[in-house]
Amino acid sequence: MSTIVLLIVTGLGLGALYFLIAAGLSLIWGLMRVLNLAHGAFFTVAGYAGFFAAASLGGSSPWLQWFVGLIAGTLAGGIFAVLTETLLIRPLYRRPVGQVLVTVGLALATLALVEGTFGSDPRQVSLPDWMTATTTILGAAIPNTRFVVLLLAVLVLLGLLFFLRRTRYGLIIRAGVENRAMVSALGIDVGRAFTLVFAIGGMAAGLAGVLGATYFGTIDPSRGTTMLISAFIVVVIGGLGSIGGSALAAVIVGLLQQFLNFYAAAGVGDFAVVLLLAAVLLLRPGGLIGRGSA
Amino acid sequence: MTAVANTNDALLRVDGLRVAIGESQILGGVSFQVRGGGITGLLGRNGVGKTTTLRGILGLVPRTGSVTLAGDELTALPVHAIVRRGVGYVPEDRDVFGGLTVAENLRLAERKDSEHRYALIYELFPELRERAAQRAGTLSGGQQQMVALARALLNASNRILLIDEPTKGLSPLMVKRVADALQRAALVTTILLVEQNLAVARHLVRDVVVLDQGSVVFAGDVATLVDDPALARRYLGLSTALGH
Repeated sequence: MSTIVLLIVTGLGLGALYFLIAAGLSLIWGLMRVLNLAHGAFFTVAGYAGFFAAASLGGSSPWLQWFVGLIAGTLAGGIFAVLTETLLIRPLYRRPVGQVLVTVGLALATLALVEGTFGSDPRQVSLPDWMTATTTILGAAIPNTRFVVLLLAVLVLLGLLFFLRRTRYGLIIRAGVENRAMVSALGIDVGRAFTLVFAIGGMAAGLAGVLGATYFGTIDPSRGTTMLISAFIVVVIGGLGSIGGSALAAVIVGLLQQFLNFYAAAGVGDFAVVLLLAAVLLLRPGGLIGRGSA
Repeated sequence: MTAVANTNDALLRVDGLRVAIGESQILGGVSFQVRGGGITGLLGRNGVGKTTTLRGILGLVPRTGSVTLAGDELTALPVHAIVRRGVGYVPEDRDVFGGLTVAENLRLAERKDSEHRYALIYELFPELRERAAQRAGTLSGGQQQMVALARALLNASNRILLIDEPTKGLSPLMVKRVADALQRAALVTTILLVEQNLAVARHLVRDVVVLDQGSVVFAGDVATLVDDPALARRYLGLSTALGH
């Protein structure tokens, strides 16, 4: 029983990280039809920004360091994303192949830059004592970091749903996911929504970058790429443009990976996720929750 | 509600509008003008470029030529800025946002001066109030057309509405309601109407512009066109002229 509880909470924590990356990817694709392969770079840069921001406060309270790292990483993800959209993506709006190439280039360049500057070895992050401890639930000793990651992901999910359903810009984004041209034909400047969606996506990925460091206890340059692949699978399974779909798919993917990797063999869970992706594409090509459902 | 005055001055002037999609030229230099007030019909057989003309005016397709609204050149502006200058659009396929509720569809089109327009909209289409919380994608075709027209009418600063085949695929009862709504709308704004149902168009429009093979072949009074069997046959494919 305790193993199952541990696997559930750990799977949900991993799913929470996938969701934070997938949410931005999904909205960006849904609204702008931009396949942003640089999204993992937002995760990586934010992880390092958070790490160094926290380290710069050496000697102060570990909680303060962690919190400052969290804010710095989230902001770094958002700023990086906005710069990417305005400087690289915007000039290529009518050239989708160019957009894919520029985001691939940015992802590779960022990886090389981070590796060249900080090295490719993982760096240990320092966490508050409570986070390195465990809490026992139904006999399972669960690392407290899992609760932190889950709590913040749920807050982001609720915040995004509130934003999309209750604000005018949220309404514009939901409408734009369905029919961008018609939103313009109502006199609305969709370009602003594009920048906003990149900012939100970048901040969510940035938050994931810091929470990923909290979850795994380390940062390294290539984790963003690995996470991006899983996040893309989550986006497609959940339904492009659907935040609710991404959340549901992230939970399914996280749990599936954890359970099968533990009970079958290492790697089986990852393979099963790819099979699930294929099944969804064949049986329900629009994803579990279709487009525009927010 | 402020009524729009019928004038002889051109409100919208289209000059040498050309649209090419890939290798094929859809519009080969369309020129016409729309007087302020009332409804001007943009007519022609299927596939002559009527929808493309509306989309070209709005900038939804790449085009060359000149489009001016009350003397202001529009062609250099992005789509949303053209709409902001006062050009409303009701597309052929209605293009309501199916995942959004009726109320949300309308809210997207709201402007600062939209409040008093809700009274007009709910008078024309009371169903929209009743179905405010319903997803627009679950509405009938006629109800979706109401949403599309309501969105364009909500913007009181629209000086001209480009309306593309609003009665297409609707029941006779719904066609009459849409025609009545257009007549009411024409009291508060100018309309450029693409309409294949000539029996409807005949009774709604004052002026007509007829396209054939991507160019304007007739522009003038509607009666001149539809009362002349030879003209009607040549430009619209009608075997006889339509009566009053």
